[in-house]
Amino acid sequence: MVGPAHYITLSAVLFTIGVIGVLTRKNAIIVFMAIEIMLNAANLALVTFAMTIGDVAGLIMVLLVMAVAAAEAAVGLAIIVAMFRHRETVNIEAFNVLRG
Amino acid sequence: MESLLWLIPALPLAGFAINGLFGRKLGDRVVSVIGPGVVGAGFVLAAASFVSLRSMPSAERLLQQTLYNWLPAGEFSASIGFQLDPLSMTMVLVVTGVGFLIHLYSVGYMHGDGGYARYFAFLNLFTFAMLLLVMADNFLLLFVGWEGVGLCSYLLIGFWFEDQAKAEAGKKAFIVNRIGDFGFLLGIFLIFWTFGSVAFADVLPEAATRLTLGGDLAFWICLFLFVGAVGKSAQIPLFVWLPDAMAGPTPVSALIHAATMVTAGVYMVARAHALYEMAPQVLAVVAGIGAATALFAATIGIVQNDIKKVLAYSTISQLGYMFLGVGVAAFSAGIFHLVTHAFFKAVLFLGAGSVIHALHGEQDMRAMGGLKSKLPITYWTMLAATLAIAGVPPLAGFVSKDEILWRTWDGGHSVLWVIGFITAGLTAAYMFRLFFLTFHGSFRGTKDQWAHAHESPWSMTLPLVILGGLSVIGGWIGLPMALGQPLGGIANRFEGWLAPVFEAGEHAAHEPHAIPPIEYGLMTASVAIATLGILVAYWAYLRSPDLPGRVATRSRGVYTLLNGKYFVDELYDFLIVRPFYALSRFAWRVIDDGLIDGLGVGGTGALVKRGSRIVSRWETGYVQGYAVAFFGGVFAILAYYYLFR
Amino acid sequence: MTGADVAFWILAAIAVGASLAVITNRNPVACVLFLVVAFFALAGLFITLHSHFLAAIQVIIYAGAIMVLFLFVIMLLNLGQQQWFDVSNNPLRVTAVVFGAGFLALLVGGGISGLAPTVRGPAAEISPDLLGSTGAVGAALYTAYFMPFITIALLLLLAMVGAVAIASRER
Repeated sequence: MVGPAHYITLSAVLFTIGVIGVLTRKNAIIVFMAIEIMLNAANLALVTFAMTIGDVAGLIMVLLVMAVAAAEAAVGLAIIVAMFRHRETVNIEAFNVLRG
Repeated sequence: MESLLWLIPALPLAGFAINGLFGRKLGDRVVSVIGPGVVGAGFVLAAASFVSLRSMPSAERLLQQTLYNWLPAGEFSASIGFQLDPLSMTMVLVVTGVGFLIHLYSVGYMHGDGGYARYFAFLNLFTFAMLLLVMADNFLLLFVGWEGVGLCSYLLIGFWFEDQAKAEAGKKAFIVNRIGDFGFLLGIFLIFWTFGSVAFADVLPEAATRLTLGGDLAFWICLFLFVGAVGKSAQIPLFVWLPDAMAGPTPVSALIHAATMVTAGVYMVARAHALYEMAPQVLAVVAGIGAATALFAATIGIVQNDIKKVLAYSTISQLGYMFLGVGVAAFSAGIFHLVTHAFFKAVLFLGAGSVIHALHGEQDMRAMGGLKSKLPITYWTMLAATLAIAGVPPLAGFVSKDEILWRTWDGGHSVLWVIGFITAGLTAAYMFRLFFLTFHGSFRGTKDQWAHAHESPWSMTLPLVILGGLSVIGGWIGLPMALGQPLGGIANRFEGWLAPVFEAGEHAAHEPHAIPPIEYGLMTASVAIATLGILVAYWAYLRSPDLPGRVATRSRGVYTLLNGKYFVDELYDFLIVRPFYALSRFAWRVIDDGLIDGLGVGGTGALVKRGSRIVSRWETGYVQGYAVAFFGGVFAILAYYYLFR
Repeated sequence: MTGADVAFWILAAIAVGASLAVITNRNPVACVLFLVVAFFALAGLFITLHSHFLAAIQVIIYAGAIMVLFLFVIMLLNLGQQQWFDVSNNPLRVTAVVFGAGFLALLVGGGISGLAPTVRGPAAEISPDLLGSTGAVGAALYTAYFMPFITIALLLLLAMVGAVAIASRER
């Protein structure tokens, strides 16, 4: 019998995968995608809880999270485009001006 | 009169302010009036106070004025207050009187000097401090005056500070004094701790009740106070500054290092007599050191060639006599010698100054001689003073010195009497050696000096005459009963005057009583040895002038020892000064430069630099690295909560 | 094992697999496509949870809009093959993986699976179909959660302006 525990565990796994992706990849766009994975894992957890305790607030929150993710993706990609214009690359390691 | 007491010290202070701040603008003539003038005015006020005191019944002779409560600090309080009892009245008269005459002398002596105004400013400041010292009604204010005279001594010894040696002499005086002052302060602390106050009115009457006779507390209090006196009054072992202090102008030597400042120690012991009577062992120490110093200094003085150095050692020696006097509880005798010494020593120094002035700065007696014809007034006044110090009756020195010697014998201290006796002979010898070498015989200087030598102006000779006269008749106010009675029942006026101050320790000597014959015997003995000393000097320096040379060559060792002042300065240099310099150098190089600057300041800087270099490696500018650290932190917190809670 | 369970396991496997593919693939376009697959799997999981509205929204917004945007940008940047950067092979990668594994272990082993949230909602007896339906969500959104809704609208406006401002060329 699949219960909320399974869904939550799945959410944790997806979240961890997303974290590893963020910390490991060098391409900025792929890092962004990993962030989207993390957000979705959170959404899954929220929906699970909302359904378990019967509160619609969780579903509302998911909606809002999606909206924010959309906004963030837009702005983030704009930044990546600007970055690319500066350095002709999207390798994160190339952007270390703040070093020292 | 009581409400005007504060004016006596205030006038010299005003003189200091005016001369110091505006002296250069006002010009030398105005300074010549203000400088001596304020001291003279002080003398007039002092004389008025004296008359006022005399009109009061003997037991109530006390004028007091408290200006304000200076230091109310919890349980401690000290006020700025002045008192004039017979003892301080005596001192004030000496300070203002002799001081005024020396100020007057300075007008002539310092004429044309570039620092004329500065000189009088400092001299006025000194007078102020000295008056503060003798008029204070508590130990703390006395100490303020004590320090003040020490400061002025430094300023005036190093007056011609462009000369490095003279500046060094000033430093030496101040530093050695400081050592004594440290002891003095410890004594004052103990007094406060024992009596709860430092005012004379609170301490002195209570001495007999709060202190046990011969007990530890009395011992330490009096010993510490005496340490201060040893420093200020140049006794063994803190006398080394006084001969060097001759680097200052001669009137300074006369006023500060003969008549007033160096006598502050004697005054202080006399003032605290109630305490000292509770500590007989310390009195023994005082008398012992006094006698030893007297003899010690006399032996050095007899081989010195600089005229001022001879007088310096003579001062040390006579101070030893004063301490011998107070040490055998003959307080008024000690003070009496202080007064007469002020008279004749001032003449001696001022006369020496006159000679030096005439010879344009020559101070070596080997280049003098035969000056009797050139400097007649100086000659006669110095003769009077030399006879006085040699102890020839009926001059002042004989009366006071003999009183001390008699009291020493009468108190049972025969050994000390012998020392004092021998010293009296030596005193006569070296003083007349000085006199003969300077004024008799043939002149041994240059022809130029002889041509230019002339008597000093009236501003210098008038004080000489006045003080010379006092050296002759000044002793008569203290004529002992031994001489007074046969002459028609004249009482010892001086002792009677001071009796209310010293009531406990003195037997009533101003009432007629039987004179033991031994007193006359001792008197004759001291006159005899003085005469012997004069004859020896006459023979050695006038009749066969090559005799001293032959004696010196034959006893080369002794001569070197005496001429080298027993090498005390060298000993101190080796034992104290060099280790101190080494310690200072260590503190400077190792502690200050190395430890504090290098390790502390520089080290902290280097530490920060290195630390920041390490820490800055964390700033890679690499965002993912930061993110990893971030995540690690979250992980750690989570772990903490899941595993340990 | 009911049908819902089977559906769960299959969809879960797809989601995890696709996510792993996203973070390990070198080709960005391939990564995008795998991510779309993952989103679809997630939408399916929403349906198994009876929140149909959100499943639809997930597909429309995430898979439909955001991923398309990603593709646009990748195409725009025209990254050549040399610019498909490998997974970074410095010690950071090992650390990250270790931390990640530890994190997961903590979450799972720490008892997250045993979580039984206390029933606090309006009514746990409400049929989930009713709860997750568009009507329920809409009703809540426009009444109780009106302010967040308006704020989100403002946020989207800001994001639009910001994106244009950042990416526009300076003249």
